[in-house]
Amino acid sequence: MKNSLWSLVFTAWLLAALATLGALFMSEVMGFAPCVLCWYQRIFMFPLVFVLALGLFPFDPKVVRYALPLAAVGLLTAVFHLLLTAGYIPESMTPCRQGIPCSTVQIEWFGFVTIPLLSAISFLAINALLIASYFKTSK
Amino acid sequence: MKQRNIFIASAALLIIAFAVGAFFYKNQQAEQAAQIAKQNQMALVRAHAPNFGNADAPVHIVEFFDPACGTCAQFYPMVKQLMAEHPGKIRLSVRYAPFHPGSDQVVKVIEAARKQGQFRQALEALFASQHIWVQNHTAQVDLIWAPLSSLGLDMERLKSDMNSPEVAQLIQQDLADAKTMNVTMTPEFFVNGKPLPNFGFDELKKLVEDALLSANAK
Repeated sequence: MKNSLWSLVFTAWLLAALATLGALFMSEVMGFAPCVLCWYQRIFMFPLVFVLALGLFPFDPKVVRYALPLAAVGLLTAVFHLLLTAGYIPESMTPCRQGIPCSTVQIEWFGFVTIPLLSAISFLAINALLIASYFKTSK
Repeated sequence: MKQRNIFIASAALLIIAFAVGAFFYKNQQAEQAAQIAKQNQMALVRAHAPNFGNADAPVHIVEFFDPACGTCAQFYPMVKQLMAEHPGKIRLSVRYAPFHPGSDQVVKVIEAARKQGQFRQALEALFASQHIWVQNHTAQVDLIWAPLSSLGLDMERLKSDMNSPEVAQLIQQDLADAKTMNVTMTPEFFVNGKPLPNFGFDELKKLVEDALLSANAK
């Protein structure tokens, strides 16, 4: 029981670490400038790496309380960004100022995988894992 | 204990993957840039570009720069120093890459000053006063006249020269060549046609010294 709970939080940490390093790779190595919305998603993703890691050793199921709010707001931002790049939200509504407009699509792998899509998938999976571990704990 | 090992192994694996990925990506980019430079020597060396130093020097540096770019201003005295260390051995050609908003207007002024034989003076005065006329990454052409006033330029002539189609065409050509050479950031240096493998003054210095060595060997 406790082991499967640990695995859920660990998987969430792994995803957050992967997303964090991926984001850093794209901005620092590949040289893509992050737009304003990307920065908000980073603000909610990067701390998860530390918060979740601290909750793993020693294992504290309550870490979900601290991690889930970050993951939830990150998911909302990512979905907003995704709708923006898909054209469902008009550009004039974006909070972007100077630099890269958030509706710019900088990478498109296999014709549909964009950076905001990767972000939304990561946040969605982290949310799902954390919620699953929350319900397992409260049982 | 087992869980801790899994955690440490995952963290190490992620970091190694990042480092290896970064290494290969940078190498691949540098190779690509070298290929592009090799295939487009025409776009790199243009007769209209302003030159510094000995025209027959064995080492030819081509620099794409933006007068509104802070790093370009920082590199200017360093490159000058490098040329002074190897007198007669280095020729520097400068190409314009006015990427900052409003910067193309400033380039026009520099080109107009060049027609009055004041290219270097205008460039140095503008680099020295960058903090005055570059605000929020935007070049304010209205603010450059005060820093330029000490040069004694013929302002009437300057203002008509800066709007000549010839100057506009030169900027268009430089921007088009910057695009061909895949120059997206300034300053960008090419030494005897080779791009810097990594950005930095030490890398530039090394490329210059290598070029000097192979020139001496001939």
